[in-house]
Amino acid sequence: MATATIPKGKTPARGKKPAGSTAVPGRFGVYGGRYVPETLMAALEELEREYERARRDHSFQQRLGELLRQYAGRPTPLFFARRLTEKLGGPKIYLKREDLLHTGAHKINNCLGQALLVERMGKHRVIAETGAGQHGVATATVCALFGFECVVYMGTEDMRRQELNVFRMRLLGAEVRRVDSGSRTLKDAINEAMRDWVTNVRTTHYLLGSVLGAHPYPTMVRDFQMVIGREARAQILKAEGKLPTAIIACVGGGSNSIGIFHEFINDRKVQLTGVEAGGRGERLGEHAARFRGGSPGVLQGTYSYVLQDEAGQIAATHSVSAGLDYPSIGPEHAWLNDTGRAEYVPASDSEALEACTLLARSEGIIPALESAHAVAELVKRAPKMKKSDIVIVNVSGRGDKDVGILRENLKLQD
Amino acid sequence: MPLSFTKRPSLVAYVTCGDPDLATTRDVVLAAIEGGADVIELGVPFSDPVADGPVIQRASERALKHGTTLDQVLKLSAEVRKRSQAGLIIFSYLNPIMRMGISRFCAAASEAGIDGALITDLPVEEAGDHLHEMRKRNLASVFLAAPTSTDQRLQCIANASTGFVYAVSRTGVTGVRKQLPKDARDLVRRIRSHTKLPVAVGFGISTPEQFAAVGEFADAAVVGSAIVETIERNPGKEPEAVAEFIRQLTAVRSQLSAGSAKG
Repeated sequence: MATATIPKGKTPARGKKPAGSTAVPGRFGVYGGRYVPETLMAALEELEREYERARRDHSFQQRLGELLRQYAGRPTPLFFARRLTEKLGGPKIYLKREDLLHTGAHKINNCLGQALLVERMGKHRVIAETGAGQHGVATATVCALFGFECVVYMGTEDMRRQELNVFRMRLLGAEVRRVDSGSRTLKDAINEAMRDWVTNVRTTHYLLGSVLGAHPYPTMVRDFQMVIGREARAQILKAEGKLPTAIIACVGGGSNSIGIFHEFINDRKVQLTGVEAGGRGERLGEHAARFRGGSPGVLQGTYSYVLQDEAGQIAATHSVSAGLDYPSIGPEHAWLNDTGRAEYVPASDSEALEACTLLARSEGIIPALESAHAVAELVKRAPKMKKSDIVIVNVSGRGDKDVGILRENLKLQD
Repeated sequence: MPLSFTKRPSLVAYVTCGDPDLATTRDVVLAAIEGGADVIELGVPFSDPVADGPVIQRASERALKHGTTLDQVLKLSAEVRKRSQAGLIIFSYLNPIMRMGISRFCAAASEAGIDGALITDLPVEEAGDHLHEMRKRNLASVFLAAPTSTDQRLQCIANASTGFVYAVSRTGVTGVRKQLPKDARDLVRRIRSHTKLPVAVGFGISTPEQFAAVGEFADAAVVGSAIVETIERNPGKEPEAVAEFIRQLTAVRSQLSAGSAKG
C-alpha cells in the first residue's frame, strides 16, 4: 500500500506527547483532519491517493480544463457593474459571473473534477447532499454526462423551498431521497449521505459539494474551485492593471469563497471578506454565522467552527438561503479567520433579499440568495471606500431557483 | 479489571443514555447486568449520529429532547458503578467529549468508575491527545475495526487499542440484520493476526442464533439496536423487558458448553 498516513507498525504519538495538528495531512493550522467512522477510512485514503495522482497527471488536468471550457462554459466573465458602482457611489465594482456557468452556479467546477476521479477509481454509483439544490443539480448533471447512477440526499425543508431544483435533478435522471431527520436541511442531508456511504463504500463515491468533511475533501474541493480566483486575478489585472482592494463572497460551507480567495492569499493588501448568513436574529438557532456564535468542534468529519450548545450538541440554524444554512464552515476558513487573513461578517435575511432586488434592477442580474449575501455586504461597505478602490464580488450562482422565495418575501409593486 | 470476557461469547450491551430518561437507563443497565450482560456500553446521545441507523437515531432524539448531557451520563455511570462491578464503557461521538475537554472527560470518567471509552468518529490517526489522557487515567481505549480496514490500518488499531477491539461486522450503520455477514468472521481472523486482545463483534446482532454464531469465532458480541428497540417498545417496563431479552440471548451460552475463556 502506498499510503503514508500511518507509519507502518506504529501508532502515531502513542505514549508520548501527541503529534497534534501535523499528524495527518489536510490540516489548516489546527483545523481540518479526518474524523469519521473507521469503515470510511480506507475509502478516504483511496480518494486521497487517487486525487494526488490525478492532480499531477497532465492528461487529467487537460481533460478537466476541456470540460470546464466546452461543457461548463469557462472562463466566466469579470463584469464591470457600472450602474451599481454609480448607485453606491464608492469603489469600482466588478462581478465574477459564476452564475453564468452551466447548471447556474460554481458547483459544476467541483463536480466535473470529482466525476473524472470517480471514473479513474472505477466506481459507478455517486451520492451527494444538497442544500439549495445547486450542488445536487450539478452532481445529477455530471452523472448524466458520465453515465453514473446518482442519488441525492436533500432535507424536506429544502425540497420545499427549492422545489424547482428537485425537479431538475429528477429530470436529469437522479434519485432525490427525502431526509426527514433533524432540521431537515443541509446538515441532515450530509448525515444521511454519510450513512449511505458507510454502507455502500465499496462501490460508491461521495461527491461532497463543499470544502467540508474529512480530508481530502476540503483540499480537493478547494483545488477544483481555485479556477475562479485564477481567472479573476488575470481578468482584473487586464482590466485595471492592478489588484482589487477587496474581494467579497458568501460562505456556506465555503467553496465559492475559498475558490476566489485562494489565488489572492499571498497578495496581502487584498482584503478577503466572507459573508455568512445572519438569518433573522442573533440568538443561537436564528442564524448560521459560525464566527459570531460558534466555537471549535468536530462535525461531519472535520474540526472547525461549529454552532453548538454547552454540551457539544450541534445547534439548529436558520437562513433564508438554503445553501448557507449550515452549522459548520470549511476548516480552511477557520484558519483564515484565526490568522486574520480573511474576515467574516454576517448579512441578514432581509439585507440579502434587498440586495437581490438591487442587483436585479441595477445590472439585470438576479443572483442566488446565497450570492446576494455578498452583495449585501458590498452595499454596507461601499460608502466607506474610496472611488479609486476596486471590489470584486463573486456572484456564485443565479437566482432562478429562488424566485418562489423571492415572491413570498418581496412585495413588489404591480 | 472489570473488562473481562470470560464467558463465550461475552455480551456487550449498548444503551442510549437518557432514553427515555436517565433513571430508566440506570434501571435498564442494572437489569441488563442481572440478565447476563458482561460489559455495558453507555451511549452518549448526539444530535448528528452519522454511524447510527434509525433505531439509535430515534433513541438519541428522545434523549436529547430533555437535554441529556455527557455530564449526566457520567453521573449515571457512577451510580451504576456503586451497585455493580460489570465493565462500563462510554460510547460517544467526539464533539460532546471535545466540548467537555478530553482531560476533564478522562478525569471525570475515571472518577465515575468507567473502564474505557470508544469514540465512533475518532480514528487512530487523530487519537494522539486522547490516548495520552486515557492512559494517564487508566481508561481502556477501544477502537473500531471495519471490514474495509487494510491490514496496515488493523495493525495501527491493534496497537492503539486496550481492553478489546470492536470489530464492525459489516459496512453500514448500526441496526438489526437478519443474517450475520461473512465479513465478520474474516475480519476477526485478520484482527487476531495483529493482537491478542479480546475481539467483540458488533452491528446487526439481535437473535440468540446470531449471538451463538459470534461465539464461534469472537470473544464477545455487542448488541445495541435490538436492546434499544426493546426499550422503545416497552414503555413503563423497560428494565424487565430488557432483562428478559438478554436472558434469552445468553441462554444459548449454557448450550454452547463454552470452554475457551479469555481475559
